[in-house]
Amino acid sequence: MRWIAVLVLLALIPLILGEYYVNLASQILIFAVFAASINLLLGYGGLPTLGHAAYLGVSAYLSALVALKLGLGHAFAAPIALLGTVLMAGLFGLIALRATGLGFLMLTLALSQVLWGTALRWVSMTDGDNGLRGMTRPFGLDAAAPFYYFVLLVTAVSIWLMARYVASPLGAALKGTRDQPRRMGALGHHVWMVRWITFVYAGFWGGVSGLLFVYYHKYIHPVSLSLANSAEGLLAVIAGGSGTLAGPLVGAAIVMLLKNWVSAYIERWNMLLGFVFVFIVIFMPEGVVPGVRRLWRRFVSKA
Amino acid sequence: MAALRIQSLKKAFGGLPAINDVSLEVAAGERRLIIGPNGAGKTTLFNLVTGDLSADGGAIGLFDEDVTRLASHRRAHRGLARTYQIITLFARDTLEHNIALALLGLTRTRWSAFGTFSKRFYDDAHEVLTKVGLQHLSRKPVSQLAYGEKRRVEIAMALAQKPRVLLLDEPLAGLSREERASIKQLIAAIPRDTTVVMIEHDMDTALDLADRITVLHYGRVIVEGTRAEVVADPKTREVYLGH
Amino acid sequence: MLFLLAAGFSLIFGLMRIANLTHGALYMLGAYLGVSILKVVPNLWIAALLGGVAVALLGGVFERFILRRLQGNVLGQVLVTLGVSFIIADLCLVVWGGDPVPIPTPSWLQQPVRLWGLAFPAYRLAVVVLAVLVGIALYVFVEKTRLGAMIRAGVDDMEMARACGIPVSRLFTIVFCLGAALAGAGGIIGGPIMSAYPGLDADMLPLALIVVILGGVGSLFGAFVGSFVVGFVYTFGVALLPDLAYVILFLPMILVIAFRPKGLFGKFAA
Repeated sequence: MRWIAVLVLLALIPLILGEYYVNLASQILIFAVFAASINLLLGYGGLPTLGHAAYLGVSAYLSALVALKLGLGHAFAAPIALLGTVLMAGLFGLIALRATGLGFLMLTLALSQVLWGTALRWVSMTDGDNGLRGMTRPFGLDAAAPFYYFVLLVTAVSIWLMARYVASPLGAALKGTRDQPRRMGALGHHVWMVRWITFVYAGFWGGVSGLLFVYYHKYIHPVSLSLANSAEGLLAVIAGGSGTLAGPLVGAAIVMLLKNWVSAYIERWNMLLGFVFVFIVIFMPEGVVPGVRRLWRRFVSKA
Repeated sequence: MAALRIQSLKKAFGGLPAINDVSLEVAAGERRLIIGPNGAGKTTLFNLVTGDLSADGGAIGLFDEDVTRLASHRRAHRGLARTYQIITLFARDTLEHNIALALLGLTRTRWSAFGTFSKRFYDDAHEVLTKVGLQHLSRKPVSQLAYGEKRRVEIAMALAQKPRVLLLDEPLAGLSREERASIKQLIAAIPRDTTVVMIEHDMDTALDLADRITVLHYGRVIVEGTRAEVVADPKTREVYLGH
Repeated sequence: MLFLLAAGFSLIFGLMRIANLTHGALYMLGAYLGVSILKVVPNLWIAALLGGVAVALLGGVFERFILRRLQGNVLGQVLVTLGVSFIIADLCLVVWGGDPVPIPTPSWLQQPVRLWGLAFPAYRLAVVVLAVLVGIALYVFVEKTRLGAMIRAGVDDMEMARACGIPVSRLFTIVFCLGAALAGAGGIIGGPIMSAYPGLDADMLPLALIVVILGGVGSLFGAFVGSFVVGFVYTFGVALLPDLAYVILFLPMILVIAFRPKGLFGKFAA
């Protein structure tokens, strides 16, 4: 029920606020899908990933390349981009899941760095540091409000599907492997397979956020594949509260808003990002959403 | 045919042989007790049987199948279940959820990414909990249960799998006298189509439950036989008094 | 040069089990500090020493107040070190500007040296020699001295060591400072070869990661071997296949973690 209310509120934004805010809202939603896909792995799977920007980037680049080099329209570009992303996630999952915990983290980091470096140096394909430009939006949605509704629709569907996954038996198994992997194995669950499937699924949604990203900006640059981008996504999840559905969404909003407002006043966004990281990890490790929930419960019980 | 057959099993950590050529056979329906001083390798033996550790040498057979190279989840599907010395329950989840996860593990539904995971499994979980007398707590998070109740849940989870061979790792550890008596009743009530192998330190309670006893010391089988035989054997006393 | 960086990282990772992502940034900070110090003290080696000390102090403060709180929280440690590396990187940008700053080679090492008929740049040879000396010193320190033994004890079993009266927390701080010092000094010493520029940290950190993982965590010798291997691969890779240099660089690391998590000489898996 709360979700419907939120959806209605979000739908009202273009009617209330000006174009700048509508665009900002689009950016937040796109980032929210990205963060939610990270949360599948981090919050629900207990697998800390530091290379998720790879899937956003691969999908964005593939879509751009298909459009620019092959001249195909979005109806082809999008499925090809997503297919490529899924294949990549499958391959990377095979490699990364040979370890857990810190080893897994480093592998995801390394793999995404490889992709980043390739995007930067393979100048013949990706035009390196210049990025690729000149993309179009599907259905000609160049105006802010119509594009926003498109993004809102895709975001709502994405989050809904991710929520269904988490509530399903497979999702319950995933959460089990997060808490007691050994026991899950003894109970008959194929821990590795559950994780790998989730990895690919998370990669898919990362890819979806990548498509939305390239549609919005009509431009893609290697920096979108960088560690900093993965880290921002991770921060959004942790700030909002991993392991909850709303957490990454709230976190994405917080991070995006901070980024947009702050960079008007302070040039050094990276430094602020660093401070925020440190602050949140030390003082609010469970994130905003669980913290607020806790306070709410206390407030309600006292009333 | 033996329910569990272990042949010349070996496992070393670094230079230390934890399991040093262990062979034993447990008949179907038997109640076997494994005892031995600390460090004798009892839990390591269990870990090898369940597949949490891979053996350096030897073979493990479950009924007519060689499971030595089989992954642990597959052994669970062949009818193997265990409890742990340290409580390894899903603390944040409710009791019914814990049992439901155990029930899920052996069904095809565990791969389903659609539909919600609860109703049918929670109902079945209630049945299991009723059998162990915990159904009144089914909505409580496991973290809020008393230690004795948690031990009961450990066993309930394993029983939920309807195993052919059940490994109990120190099920009585840390329990008060009344709790021990009630868990003992629970174990004694397990039907004979489940073979039970138990590690225990509390000999007064455990000896009653066992048909046969295996004594382990420094990774080797020192004595094996019925209760009377083992108690009478001088090597047993040596193993325990020499400590 | 890579070795100094990698040794520090290996020390911290191997001994404290902390993946210190700040390491690259500390290196860069060292390089920048070196630039400033050199304006006052024209000797490169002294500058390296001073720079190392300065970075060590910073590292100590960081460890004491921030990392200490996150004992056992692996993800938290990673994020915090990542965050601090962003802070340092931006700080350097603010203080020293966005253009690369060259660091001059000491004049007495500017001529190439002839060995076995080939000309080697003298400075690089000097760096190699220094790396070997530092390596030996570290080895002796860790394996032979009492302090080293205490540190190793603290790593193997923290609680037992505490019970024996070993001040584990203080030792950890010392180790972190040492690692940071190595990074900072390394930045200055590497200065003539690489100069100081924004983004130096992002370039150096993955290299340090690769070296340590390849050579094996917790093994100084592994870090040593790893540095040379990586150095070679990087130089040749960049020359032969510049487009895919990154892939060539990371491939061994990925293979290692995936198939041989202990690395070539490591003590435990990453």
